[in-house]
Amino acid sequence: MIQKRKEQIMRVIFQIAALASILAVALICIFLFAQGLPAIMKIGPLEFLGGKVWRPTVAEPVFGILPMILGSIYITGGAIVLGVPIGIFVAVFMARICPKPIYRFLKPAINLMAGIPSVIYGFFGMMVLVPLIFDLFGKRFDMMSGDSMIAASILLGIMILPTVISIAETNIRAVPQELYEGAIALGASHERAVFKVVLPAARSGVMAAVVLGVGRAIGETMAVKMVAGNQTMLRLPYEYFKGVRTLTTNIIVEMGYVERDSLHFGALIATGVILFVFILIINLLFSILNQDKKGGK
Amino acid sequence: MEKILKTIRRKKPMDWLRFLLVWASGILTIMVLLYLVAFIVVKGLPHIKPSLFALNYTPENQSLFPALVTTLIMVGMTLLIAVPFGVFTAIYLVEYAKRGSKLVRVIRMTTETLAGIPSIVYGLFGYIFFCDWLGFGKSLLAGCFTLAIMILPLIIRTTEESLKSIPDAYREGSFGLGAGRLRTVFRVILPSASPGIFAGVILSVGRIVGETAALIFTIGGVIRLPENLMSQGRTLALHVYQLASQGLYPNEAYATAVILLMVVFGINALSGAVERRFINKLK
Repeated sequence: MIQKRKEQIMRVIFQIAALASILAVALICIFLFAQGLPAIMKIGPLEFLGGKVWRPTVAEPVFGILPMILGSIYITGGAIVLGVPIGIFVAVFMARICPKPIYRFLKPAINLMAGIPSVIYGFFGMMVLVPLIFDLFGKRFDMMSGDSMIAASILLGIMILPTVISIAETNIRAVPQELYEGAIALGASHERAVFKVVLPAARSGVMAAVVLGVGRAIGETMAVKMVAGNQTMLRLPYEYFKGVRTLTTNIIVEMGYVERDSLHFGALIATGVILFVFILIINLLFSILNQDKKGGK
Repeated sequence: MEKILKTIRRKKPMDWLRFLLVWASGILTIMVLLYLVAFIVVKGLPHIKPSLFALNYTPENQSLFPALVTTLIMVGMTLLIAVPFGVFTAIYLVEYAKRGSKLVRVIRMTTETLAGIPSIVYGLFGYIFFCDWLGFGKSLLAGCFTLAIMILPLIIRTTEESLKSIPDAYREGSFGLGAGRLRTVFRVILPSASPGIFAGVILSVGRIVGETAALIFTIGGVIRLPENLMSQGRTLALHVYQLASQGLYPNEAYATAVILLMVVFGINALSGAVERRFINKLK
């Protein structure tokens, strides 16, 4: 009898613990939206999202986050262009091509890369990448310093590598061996079979890896702040050697001195809300792509 | 020999290109990693002095000891909050709930959402909710709660995976001997799954140690030995960030970065070793 009682009580305890993650998501949504949405309404949704000027501390403050939205997109786009092809090649290399002894060294190295804190990447970027870019391009592009979109994109391209590699590798490995063998039987070389049969078969999984990489890149804060320059000016896509501010860095740069309960504070929370919405869309995309893979098998 | 010649002849120019590309990418990735680590270590190692571990930080001596202590406290407290919730959630999902029930689907969805939220959003939320609404102020406690939510999905997922890898025969054997579900979970499943769970916990420690964006608004930036959980503090990663962005003490910044890297590498190696033992044990 007591035993049965205990079973029931513990069952309820496990269930309550399981509700914690639901509660956490609910609280995050409620508190962010409750503080962010009124600010967006007060500024005006169009003025906020489409405004080209961000001047929070003058007498007539203007809050437009279009430069930051574009900044996030530019930097993430650059990181994808640089990081994704290399990431997919490395994933193919690890899953199908590299000899076992190399794999035994490569796999832990990639895990290690994933574990390095973003401040360390940022610090490295500050000390190596930024001066290097200034030395190489400073004169030609009339740069004030090496802090620039290109620095942030290169750094983020490196930072998303482990994410892209490990997810893509898992998915390439999951492709049934019969497909590969069939291609070989038809006379394809090993590389041709891997690139023309195995990789396309893992397409949705590889796409999921890319989407997760995009999520990482958009959400990264510290490393970007340390190398991107953080200017609030609206940039054009080809102004790659100028500084820029992203959604994430807008929050981190100004939270330090913002006045509590001001519209400025609300606008920063609202920046977080926009970022959060971006991430939710990306997560949704990721789970759709992952679902695809399960359905296909 | 014959075979090797045959494969070489079989390769067309495109194949050599592909071959070259994947090898080059692999080598490039490793080179970047090695260069990054070597750069920090070479610059920082000569500046690691006993005075970096002095009891207090002063403008003359940028001791990292208070940050190290704060980091340890943060790790301990955060795990204390997150591990029970995470492990219990996983137990519920794997051992109790009906597969595919609505609640399970919602829990899965929310944990996936939590896993994707960037740390800066956690930082904002922690500031609004724990520091402000609950009135913790900027304190270690607010930081711990924020980080606990952040690592929850990681602990849930790794625990779930290790619970799932326990063969059903264990459960059936235990039920067959007359044990109830609770006894089975605590006496049979958890002991055999513990190395896997432990590996996940160590991974979470890595995330706590490396975190900056979620902490900068929630625990403040004061570098002092914390007196209690309500005092402000600065973890090792935050300390590196402050030193690096102030730019006043580059040598100390490198040295502190080396210590941080060493901690992270140690954690990584430990997690890997535990995981390998777990896999061998199940075989």
